[in-house]
Amino acid sequence: MKILVCITHVPDTTSKIQFTADNTKLDATGVQFIIGPYDDYALARAVELRDQTSGTLTVLNVGEAETEPTLRKALAIGADDAIRINSVPRDSFFVAQQIAHLVKSGGYDLILMGRESIDFNGGMVHGMVGELVGMPSFSPVMKLDLEGKTVKMSREIEGGKETIEAHLPLIAGCQEPIAEWKIPNMRGIMSARTKPLLVVEPIEIETQAEASNYQLPPAKGAVKLIDKDNVGELVRLLKNEAKVL
Amino acid sequence: MPILVYIEQSEGKVKKTSLEAVSFAHALANKTGEGSVTAIALGTFSQEDLVGIGSAGAAKVLHVSDSRLNEGVIQAHSSAVAQAFTKEGANTLILAKSSLGDAVAARLSIKLGASLVGNVIELPTLDGGYRVKRSIFTGKAFANVQLTSANKILAIKKNAIDLKTDGAPAAVETFSVTLEAADFASKILATERATGDVLLPEADVVVSGGRGMKGPENWGMIEELAKTLGAATGCSKPVSDIGWRPHHEHVGQTGVKVAPSLYIAVGISGAIQHLAGVNSSKNIVVINKDPEAPFFKAADYGIVGDAFEVVPKLIEALKAEL
Repeated sequence: MKILVCITHVPDTTSKIQFTADNTKLDATGVQFIIGPYDDYALARAVELRDQTSGTLTVLNVGEAETEPTLRKALAIGADDAIRINSVPRDSFFVAQQIAHLVKSGGYDLILMGRESIDFNGGMVHGMVGELVGMPSFSPVMKLDLEGKTVKMSREIEGGKETIEAHLPLIAGCQEPIAEWKIPNMRGIMSARTKPLLVVEPIEIETQAEASNYQLPPAKGAVKLIDKDNVGELVRLLKNEAKVL
Repeated sequence: MPILVYIEQSEGKVKKTSLEAVSFAHALANKTGEGSVTAIALGTFSQEDLVGIGSAGAAKVLHVSDSRLNEGVIQAHSSAVAQAFTKEGANTLILAKSSLGDAVAARLSIKLGASLVGNVIELPTLDGGYRVKRSIFTGKAFANVQLTSANKILAIKKNAIDLKTDGAPAAVETFSVTLEAADFASKILATERATGDVLLPEADVVVSGGRGMKGPENWGMIEELAKTLGAATGCSKPVSDIGWRPHHEHVGQTGVKVAPSLYIAVGISGAIQHLAGVNSSKNIVVINKDPEAPFFKAADYGIVGDAFEVVPKLIEALKAEL
């Protein structure tokens, strides 16, 4: 069983988001980068499934050299080897094409990733890769179990979930509670240093929906505080000022 | 060229978010001055519901009555919509962001060679290229995206546009599609939905509780407040992690993102991860006994006070008013 997990290298969820002066790039000053939280769930489940099937687990990122510590962390968590496609992830289409190119010759049975990256929140790459390589794709997947070539999944829908039966090979965008996040232990961290990390150059692809600039939302006005003994005032404001009642 | 809109159903009813997508498409057609809006509805619907899609702005509704499509089989839905897009000679597809919508849109973008952008929050601007504003970093920022392909797919966020309700009845046409066995190779064995409640991701009013509620036994007042307002109930991550409330109620960075007109947070301090799930709300009310709770900085209205005193009074005041 060959498993591929695609991870993103994204600002920590507590980061204050700011852009450079010309608003064309994230200002990474003081920002700590992590494995995308949803990707981390995918990776955790992949480690379990690799162990269950005595398979192999490759972790992949589309990014420049600065993402290698993030890939090493994934190796420390339990991936066997890593691939970095050496390019800025320019848009979902570009990233999906890079992954699909690798998957076509990779012979993977199961491809997992997060339901979405937490920077662009697109949630599109798994479906695009699925269509490009001719595999079914599912997202957001909350549970995934293997019985031979049969895959039982639970996929979140608005206000509930679906139970799905499908067959390998397939692609899933994952979210909690598919597995508990795994924290690398010392042995994992040591062995990660010597595990293979292959760097490949990207294929040439035009983007389709690239961001040209960024902006922050307008500053929030000050909160209107209402005395706790006068909740009727809140009702009046919601009705007459906010007009939401 | 018509703009195509993908209609989703929830137990046989047209989803309200899909009607918003129709209204968005209608406004887009007005803006570009070309084309009309055609909706594609998959599975079993009543004739009345199909005609009613016109009120949101669709001139025509293509109906594929194949009951296998009542469920959101991703591969089959993608194939069916792609066929309608090509047959109609459309160049733009609009759909509502949802669990199924996003999954279908991603596959369609490849099938149709279309530029795809999700989380769209307003109508595109057309001078100097086709540009779309979308939310990124879980609502903490926006990106202006340049779409370069002739075909385009926009997945819109809730509240991107006001729902139009005064359109003329739509002309409904039966539409047949060719679906392969491979489109149904994966099977949906069961669907579970919270019944009787307002669905959290689509709710217009949300009432959430946090650790300040002290225990699951105290959720009665959250539920009563929600019921009074016709609201959905949510919770913070710690509350779902310790099992006081089910996971699907978790609002935040890694949970459900909501975009209601009114969000009421009771006993939630307002960690940045929680704010990421609620920052698209139009109005935020925070009730917390700690005046230093960070949530007050993100709120429109606040009451510093004990939830166990304030919430019952609020329910009473609302009942008198509504």
